[in-house]
Parts: sequence; structure tokens; C-alpha cells
Amino acid sequence: MKKISSYKNKILTLLALLIFIGIIHFLEINKSQYSYQISILERSAIYAVVAVSMNLLTGFTGLFSLGQAGFMAIGAYVTAILTIPVDKRASVYYVNGISPAIADSNCPFWLALIIAGLAAAATAALIGIPVLRLKSDYLAIATLGFSEIIRAVIAAPQLDTITNGSYGLKSIPGFPNLYVTFGLCALCIFLMILLIHSSYGRAFKALREDETAAQAMGLNLFRYKELSFVISSFFTGVGGGLLAMFMRSIDSKTFSISLTYDILLIVVLGGIGSVTGSVLGSFLVTAGREWLRFFDNPLSIGGVEIPLFRSGFRMVIFSILLMAVVLFYRRGIMGSNEFTWDGLGRLIVSIPRRLADSIRRVTGKKRKEHRHNDNE
Amino acid sequence: MTTNKDNAAANVLHMQDITMQFGGVVAVNGLSLDVNEGEIVALIGPNGAGKTTAFNCVTGIYEPTYGQVGFMGETILSNTPKGKMQKTYLGDTSPHPIPVVRNTPDVITKKGIARTFQNIRLFGQLSVFDNVLIAKHMRARQNVFSATLRLNHQEEARMRGETMALLKEQKLDHLKDEIASSLPYGLQRRLEIARALATQPRLLLLDEPAAGMNPQETQELTDFINEIRDSYHLTVFMIEHHMDLVMQISDRIYVLDFGKLIAHGTPAEIQNNERVIEAYLGVSDDA
Repeated sequence: MKKISSYKNKILTLLALLIFIGIIHFLEINKSQYSYQISILERSAIYAVVAVSMNLLTGFTGLFSLGQAGFMAIGAYVTAILTIPVDKRASVYYVNGISPAIADSNCPFWLALIIAGLAAAATAALIGIPVLRLKSDYLAIATLGFSEIIRAVIAAPQLDTITNGSYGLKSIPGFPNLYVTFGLCALCIFLMILLIHSSYGRAFKALREDETAAQAMGLNLFRYKELSFVISSFFTGVGGGLLAMFMRSIDSKTFSISLTYDILLIVVLGGIGSVTGSVLGSFLVTAGREWLRFFDNPLSIGGVEIPLFRSGFRMVIFSILLMAVVLFYRRGIMGSNEFTWDGLGRLIVSIPRRLADSIRRVTGKKRKEHRHNDNE
Repeated sequence: MTTNKDNAAANVLHMQDITMQFGGVVAVNGLSLDVNEGEIVALIGPNGAGKTTAFNCVTGIYEPTYGQVGFMGETILSNTPKGKMQKTYLGDTSPHPIPVVRNTPDVITKKGIARTFQNIRLFGQLSVFDNVLIAKHMRARQNVFSATLRLNHQEEARMRGETMALLKEQKLDHLKDEIASSLPYGLQRRLEIARALATQPRLLLLDEPAAGMNPQETQELTDFINEIRDSYHLTVFMIEHHMDLVMQISDRIYVLDFGKLIAHGTPAEIQNNERVIEAYLGVSDDA
């Protein structure tokens, strides 16, 4: 029985993969027609990489860090500096001039992304030494501070000839095609999944569950926290590089705290400790923002202008939806579970029962019982 | 008060003048004791006597204020009061300047001291199998790249094989996919001991293994401890409140009260020791 179902699941996964590649192929052919949808999907995929790397740290190692934007900034700037075509550099750096050290630095984008990741990882290794001695909220505040420092350093006038200061960097070459975009994102996430399911992933989870017990099992607290922090930052840096390639132009404001909160939102919404949750969350959050755009347009019903419908209103709706999700799915969409075909099957089978339950709840029959229970 | 056994067997654990001071409180005061190869030694005493603190000093969770811990003839922890502590030191043993040796708990585990905890500390959300498997990580020949890219097939297979064998020995194999925190209390204790055994220790420290157990379970535990001592060639050092268990199983007993050693001897000697009776009856009784 078990073998048959695992065989079936493999086929389903293969089918899903083929459909996925098919969709990318379709979008690749009709690029100009679907450019808006493509940009949403690309952004979602890149956010998914960063969200999964944050989840690696928060959900699997139990370290609550808010430094994502800073490491993304490092990755993005390194990628940009290494990939902007040399002949276009004069026009990019026309105000401040370009530092001779980076004037001729150029390499293919894949190498630039790896270097970007390594740069972010190296920074994380340094920051980790003082910061990882802190716990929970204190760690979050400290990493948040470092992330802002990184942003401030990038924007500092002293580095104008390298980072181009407040003018930012533009003319960053984009992705050659959609296969590369989604392929790279999938590769990053796949590597992180492999890590999480390896012996080291188990060690990270042990640390999350109980630090004292993990030590008693021979795990060096600092070494494993540092390792998790560095690996997470590597992928965050790569994610930042991907974002730079996607946006084509970046400046230090792109990497403000709100970017970290976007990622945090995705992780919490998807479920802390669930990779598939983070991926699902990033597509939902990124796409959700765009779907709600019609709330920004003025709306009149029967000639009466509804005053609420103005630009910015969609974010109000978005926030309310988020609160609803957090209230009703307290542990996020996926909790700490991962997607499985069997799980999907169970969900579909349970839909009629769930519907019946909610109808009963609305009609009030069950509600009384619930209240009664609450009072107890 | 030394028994014949002392001379015959090699010394496994040696604590010399261990003093642990928290602010103005001396939790452990000049504790010296020895545990020899193959012995089962108990550390008893009323609540708050400093027993668990003494354990934490051995496993490196605390750094003792003064004193030395030796394991298999090697000094694994050693400290002497420094700076402000020199003036505020309240221990009875006058501190000598001794070389400082520091080791983190993970290093001490690797050297061969495993422990269980008073309030069970399992990896609650992980499966029974993974709980034991994690103990195998520290001795595996692999690095983060080889593990992620699955180049460590053989190591992983060996770790899983050893874990499965251990679970079978401990008769926990039928529960291997259960979530650890969902197990009943008694089994959680058993799993914690199994996990400690998976680190391949020479010395096993048990912190109140019979806490919360009924007489029958306690009897089973007594047999169990004897059994693992023999089959894994262990030395056992344990804290326990159940006097039946302690008297039945221990080769020697150390009694701690208010951080100080008040008696030491065989179970028969301890049972008739006046100071021990006084400590247990004079202070809150929970034995």
C-alpha cells in the first residue's frame, strides 16, 4: 500500500513539475502580453527564496532575526557592481565618478550571485559573533539595528564612488529568460530543503527545541547558531542579488526595514517552520497586494462616490485580511507542516465536512456550545 | 570511609573542592567526591541541597566558582575566584590559585559524560527516532556541504542503523515515528536515557530518574539501570529521592545538605547515620 502511494506521489510531483515548466514556457513565449503577471510571479519567487532562508533561521533554528533587508542590500549591491556592463558605468556613476577599484570588475551573473551570497555570509559571520549571544527579542532588535547600519553605510557619501550614494545603481542587466529566474529560485530553495533534511538540519531543530539538551547531545551552541545564521544570510544575499536583477535599478531605500517586515509577514503567514508555507505565503502576499489594487481606484455606486476608495485603501484591506488570517490560522497557513499530496487529498476530502461545520456555526447551533465551553 | 572497591577500579569522576556561588548564595560548598569505574553512586539530600547544581558543574553548564573536575584522569573543568569574586568568596575551602580549565557542555559530552535532566528535556516536536539520531551527529564524519549534498550516504546510513539498533535494545523501536512530547511520562524518561546512551558515554549522570514514578515503575527502573550499567559498561552517578531505589541500587551514597557533604558510605552506613537522619527529618521531608 505504502509503496503504491509513494509511487503515485512521485508521478504527481513529476506532473506538477511539468505543468510548472509548461506555465513558464508559455509565459516565456508570450512575454510581452503577460509582462505584468510575470513581474508578480518573479517577485514572488525571489521573495520566496528570502522567506525560506529566514524560515531556516527563525522556524528551524529558533533564532528570531530581523536583518534580512541588510543582507539583501549587500547581495544586491555586490551583484549590481559586478554585473553592470562596463561601457554603461560612466552613465551610471555620472555624478560622483567611479572608484577605479571597481571600474572594470565584471563577471557573469551566476558568479556575481555566488559572490553576493558569500559577501552577505561573511558579514553575517562577523555580526554573528556579538549578536548570537542574545536571545529571542533582543536578537531581533540587534539584527534589525545591524541591518539599518548596513543600509546607512551603503548610503554614506564616503562610498559614493562605489555605491553611487543616494542616486542608486541602474542599468543592472536583467535575467536572460524566465527559466533562469525561476530555476535559480527553485535551486536555492531546493538546497535549503536538502539542508533542513540533513543531519545539520536536525541539529538546528534540536537547538530550536531545547538549547540545554542540544548541548548535552554534543552540539556547540555558538557554532551551530553561527552556521545557521551564515547559511541563511548567504541565501538572503543571493535573494538580494536576484531582486537587483529583477528590479534593474536599486538604491538604499529599497532595503529599508519595511522589506524585512514584508518577508517576516510572508514567513508568519505561511507558517513558521514550513518551507512550503513560506513559498505559498510569498506568492499569496505578493499577488494579494496586486489583486487588491481596485480598492485604490475611485468607485461610485449609483452616482455616489464611495469616499473610502482612494489610493492607499488597498493596504488597509490587506492589513485587515492579514489580521483575519493570523486570528483564524494562528500558526499560519501551513503551521509547521509541509505540503504533501496525501495532505492535499485529506484537505479536499474534508472540505464538505468543514463546510457543514461552518454552516452549522453560522446558524448558531454549535455556537452556544462553544460559548459554554469558553466560559468554563 | 573508603570501600574496597575504591582501590580496585579506576577513577572515572573526581570532584575536588567544588564550590558554586551565585551572588551571596553558596549552592555547593567544597564538594569533593569520587566515582569509580562500574559503580552506581547516588547523590542524595533534601530539596535545595545543591545536587543538581553539582551535576551542572560536572557537565559544564555552570562554571564552578572554585574547584576542579577530573574525568578519566583528565582535568575537564577547573576554576578559581577572580576579580570581584576574590573578595566576595564565601566558600569554606580557601581557594588556591589553580590553572583555569574551561570546557563547554558539548565538549564534555564528547569526552564521554552523558546526562538526563530533572525536568525531562526532550526535543519535543521531533520524532522519537530523530531525538536519538541527533546524539549521533557529533561523532559523524561529515561537514555541512557533504551532508546537504548527500555525499555522506554511508555516515547517514551508519547513524540511522545505530539509532535503530539502540531503539530496539531499549524496546522503543515500535514508537520511533511518534512525536516525543506525545509519549507518556514514563516512556519520555526512557527515551531521555536512550538518547543519553546514544552519545556513547563512559559515565551516565541521571538527575532524579524515578521522579513521578509509582513503586512498580521504580522497581522496573532499578532493574533497568543495573541492566544498562552492565550491557553498556557504564558508570552511573545519580541524584534520587526514592530511598528504596537508592538503597537497593547504589554501591555508595554521598549525602549533601545546604551545599555541603555531610555523609558518605554504603547504603547500610547511610541508613544509620545520625546526621543524615537529622538532615532529612529536621528539614522539609520529601524522601
